Amino acid sequence: MSEEKQVTVRKQKIKKNHIKGKLIFFLILAVLLLLTAIFAQYICPYDPYAQDLMMAQKPPSVAHPLGTDRYGRDMLSRVIIGSTTSIFSTLLLVVIVTVVGTGIGIICAWNHGKVDTVLMRISDLFLAFPGLVFALAVAGVLGGGVHNAIIALAVISWPKFARLARGLTLAQKNAPYMMAAQLSGSSTPKLLVKHILPNIAGPILVTSVLDIGTMMMELAGLSFLGLGVKPPMAEWGSMINEGRSMLQVSPWMVLAPGAAIFVTVMVFNLLGDTLRDYMDPKQRNR
Amino acid sequence: MSETILKAEHLKKIFTSGKKTFTAVEDVSFELKRGQCLGIVGESGSGKSTIAKMITHLVDVTEGNVMLMGRDITNAKGKELRRAYQDIQMVFQMPMESFDPRRTLGDGIGESLRNIGMSRSETKRKVEELLVRCGLTREFADRYPHQVSGGQCQRAAIARALAVKPSILICDEATSALDVTVQKQVLELLSELKEKEGLSFLLICHDLALVQAFCDEVLVLCQGKVVERGMPDEIINHPREDYTKVLVESVL
Repeated sequence: MSEEKQVTVRKQKIKKNHIKGKLIFFLILAVLLLLTAIFAQYICPYDPYAQDLMMAQKPPSVAHPLGTDRYGRDMLSRVIIGSTTSIFSTLLLVVIVTVVGTGIGIICAWNHGKVDTVLMRISDLFLAFPGLVFALAVAGVLGGGVHNAIIALAVISWPKFARLARGLTLAQKNAPYMMAAQLSGSSTPKLLVKHILPNIAGPILVTSVLDIGTMMMELAGLSFLGLGVKPPMAEWGSMINEGRSMLQVSPWMVLAPGAAIFVTVMVFNLLGDTLRDYMDPKQRNR
Repeated sequence: MSETILKAEHLKKIFTSGKKTFTAVEDVSFELKRGQCLGIVGESGSGKSTIAKMITHLVDVTEGNVMLMGRDITNAKGKELRRAYQDIQMVFQMPMESFDPRRTLGDGIGESLRNIGMSRSETKRKVEELLVRCGLTREFADRYPHQVSGGQCQRAAIARALAVKPSILICDEATSALDVTVQKQVLELLSELKEKEGLSFLLICHDLALVQAFCDEVLVLCQGKVVERGMPDEIINHPREDYTKVLVESVL
């Protein structure tokens, strides 16, 4: 091997390690966020629901690093406790959408007949709507509450995954190894679970991690509009809504949950991006 | 004369895409006897692979019948079809692509055994035995398709096909993707199987020399139709049809 080639190989190795390092870094951040969400009630310095009107609308101080809201509740505690609702409902939503969408996509690609045509036209219909507006309509019909907000967003988000899974499955379906597996006497469910699923899982996983951020924004958006979480329950979207009218006098009431959304969405998006780079076979084999 | 093991009667395949139709195979009949080798030759697009896929149900038969040991398996489904797969196995053209990239060769070879209810440990033992029989070593069971060479992969594919002890092995251009020396090794393995195990072969290829060395009977296929059939030596030395002449000349 020439010296020049060795240098490039070394450079590629460094690049590869660099991506791995980034991936680990963002994974740690994501896990930290998750841990915060899980142990929120033990981390809160104050009771997030305890009102103290004497302390209302106080700017950030040593005792209350993020200030207090108009009922005197500690903003930091509310942001921390809000993470439970925000993060877990987002993750639940992403899991539901991924599983349902992927399932539908695989069924469509596998049957590739009338079922496919009907389901894909329905998904076209959903894709043609502006997502959040449609979700608003669905949430409006179902009424407020976290569960209904999740249902509304799941209804508008599955087609993306169905399309993706369908395309990926179609690409694998006629591969020689699928024929060989068929000849080995594997039944259709076995073919789908043992061969199709592992071979399409990569891109789907990346897409769903990348979607965590978007979904979180949309859930927060619905809550902001009063269609998600109901007060006094703490959730970042609805907290921004509560602080909205006092933006000029006490901006920390909007900034604190806003920053929390910003940071969380950022972490999950960067995690998704890095995961995509990491799983890209071109990056891997170069 | 030995018994007829596989019989194809007036096979026909029409592919439709939209309003267009294309007849890939038209009125092809043949019989395969136990322990014999039937060659199907013809240029690309002459319908050779389609015949193989019709017999193995990888594409539907438009018209005609496939009889396996007297049973009509033309429209077999589910369990019946899976039972037919214990008698007919196939080796594909692309060795690498015929194994799932995310599973080991051992998984691929043992899949059919697991599917007929063999235990995990028994399958493992059997897979190693098959690998050794096909000229590989036990370690190959834990390798992935991209970690082995084309020839090794094709040997593994043959091992996979042999796992269920089939009576008929269909080789769809099984040696085309391999280089000449490896081709020879794979062929040696196949003829050994033919002699020792009494396996019947359906050899689909475009290499006339290979057919001459290996087959007992040859069909020459042109645009989906059988234009000539007979003993390989006869066909290659005294071709009657113009198409066969062209085919023979193109090799020499």
